[in-house]
Amino acid sequence: MKQVVVVGASAAGLAAAETLRREGYEGTITLIGDEPYHPYDRPPLSKQILGRQWEADRVPLRAPADLDGLGLDLRLGTAATGLDLAGRTVALADGARVPYDGLVIATGVRPRRLPGDGGERAHVLRTLDDALALRDRLVPGRRLVVVGAGFLGAEAAAVARGLGVEVTLLEPTPVPLAPAVGERVGRMLAEAHHDHGVDLRTGVTVAEVADGGVRLADGTLVEADEVLVAIGSVPNTDWLEGSGLTLGNGLECDEYSAAAPGVYGAGDVARWHNPLFGTAMRIEHRTNATEQGMAVARNLLRPDARKPFAPVPYFWSDQYDFRIQAYGLLRGHEEVTVVEGALEERKFLAVYRSGDRVAGVLAVGMPPKALRTWRQAVATRAAWRDAVGELVPEGA
Amino acid sequence: MRVEVDVPKCVGSGQCVMIAPDVFDQREEDGIVVLLNDRPPAELHADVEESAVVCPAAAIRVVEK
Ligand SMILES: Cc1cc2nc3c(=O)[nH]c(=O)nc-3n(C[C@H](O)[C@H](O)[C@H](O)COP(=O)(O)OP(=O)(O)OC[C@H]3O[C@@H](n4cnc5c(N)ncnc54)[C@H](O)[C@@H]3O)c2cc1C
Ligand code: SF4
Repeated sequence: MKQVVVVGASAAGLAAAETLRREGYEGTITLIGDEPYHPYDRPPLSKQILGRQWEADRVPLRAPADLDGLGLDLRLGTAATGLDLAGRTVALADGARVPYDGLVIATGVRPRRLPGDGGERAHVLRTLDDALALRDRLVPGRRLVVVGAGFLGAEAAAVARGLGVEVTLLEPTPVPLAPAVGERVGRMLAEAHHDHGVDLRTGVTVAEVADGGVRLADGTLVEADEVLVAIGSVPNTDWLEGSGLTLGNGLECDEYSAAAPGVYGAGDVARWHNPLFGTAMRIEHRTNATEQGMAVARNLLRPDARKPFAPVPYFWSDQYDFRIQAYGLLRGHEEVTVVEGALEERKFLAVYRSGDRVAGVLAVGMPPKALRTWRQAVATRAAWRDAVGELVPEGA
Repeated sequence: MRVEVDVPKCVGSGQCVMIAPDVFDQREEDGIVVLLNDRPPAELHADVEESAVVCPAAAIRVVEK
C-alpha cells in the first residue's frame, strides 16, 4: 500500500493517520477536511469554550510540531465531493482527483435543523465557529431557548445558566434522556436543571424557529433572544451518494469496520457490526472515534490479520457540577439498578441489564476503580445473575 | 522518552490507566490523571504512545521520543 486517503480531519481521521505512521506505514497519507482548521476537539466546545474558560487555542488535538511530524498531505478547507470505487479516486471540491489504495471515511455528522429561519439568532453546536458565535451572544439576562434536552442541549443549558443567561429547555419526551439512561437517571438530570434555574418543559414539540423565538406544534410561541437547536445529527454521507457504498443510518460497515475492500469507516459517520454485543451500532462518542480510527488503520495495513472492532463504548458528559460517565450499551436496556451510592446525592453507580447480561454501567461521582470493575463486567458480557442478582424488569 | 500531561484538559476517562497502568493513575475523588513516571522505561514506550493517541482529551503528549 502506497497511498492512503483519509476523508474527515477530526478525531477519527487523525487517529487513523497517526496509527498508520506508528505502525510503520511510510507511504503518502492525504488527510482531507472541509473545515479550515487543524484537527480540533469538540467536547470542550459545549463546555470550556462556551463557558469562556478556554480560548480557541486550547482545542487543537495536536501541537503543530506533532502534526508536522506525521508528514501528511493535508488538504484543509477542501470538501470531498465524490468517490469512484472502481477507479479508486476521491474527488475534491477544488477539482482535484486523489487516487488511493486504502481509504478511510471519517466525515462525522452534522446537526439536524428545524424549519424556519432564525437568522443570526438560530444556532447549532458542532464546530468551533458555531461555539464562538453562540458564546458571543450569551450575556447575562439574554433569553436562550434550547431545543432538545439530550446530552449536548443539557450541557449547553447548564453552561449558559452559569453565564447568567435565562434558559428554557424544551424536550419532546416526558423525561429527558430516558431512552438512553433510564427514567430514574433522567429524572435526576431533570432535577439538576430545576435546581439551577433552568425552565425545563417536557412533552413539548417544537415545530419551527420563528420570529422572536420558537413556535411549538400547538402554535404557541416561546419567546427567545437566541435559539440553540440540539435535536440530534445526520451522518455526513451525501458525498458518497451513488458511489455504490451502502448508506443507511450512516456508512454501513462490517465487523472489521470495512465498507468495501480497502475502504473503511470510522467515528460518528460509521455504523458497524459490534461482535461484542452482536448488533450493529453507530456511536457518537469521542473515544469511539479514536478507537475506531486506530482499528481501521490496523486493518488497512494488515489485510491478512484483520481484527473485528469490538469495543466497549464509553462516554462522559459534564452537567453543572457533576460528570456522568458510562460504559457499554445502555439504550434498549430492560432494567437499571443502583448498586452503589444514591441518585438523590448525585453520587451513584447504576448498572444496566439487557436480556440476562450486564449491558452497561453509568456513574456520577464514583471512584474510577469502581467504574473500571463494572466496565470489566460489560467487556466480559457477565451474566446479570452472577454480577447483580435477580432479574427485575424496569418499572417493577 | 519524556511524557507530559495537561491536567486541566483531562476528563478522567481512564483510558491511559487501562493501557499503561505503570505510567498513569487516576485520583480517587475525581478520576483526574496522575502521572506516575514521566520517563517510562523502553518496554512501556509503545503503551505510552498508544495512550497519547487514545486520550479523548488530547491531554497526553510525548515530548521527547
Ligand atoms: C459540542 C460537542 C460536545 C461533545 N461532547 C462530548 C462528550 O462530552 N463526550 C463524548 O463522548 N462525546 C462528545 N461529543 C462527541 C464527539 O465530539 C464526537 O463523537 C467526535 O467528534 C467524532 O469524531 P469524528 O472524527 O468521527 O467526526 P467529526 O468530529 O464530526 O469530524 C468529521 C470531520 O469531517 C468533516 N467533513 C464532513 N464532510 C466532509 C467532506 N465531504 N469532505 C471533507 N471533510 C468533511 C467535518 O467537517 C469534520 O471536520 C461532543 C460533540 C460535540 C459537537
Ligand atoms: S486518557 Fe486522557 S482524559 Fe482519560 S484519564 Fe488519561 S489523561 Fe485523562
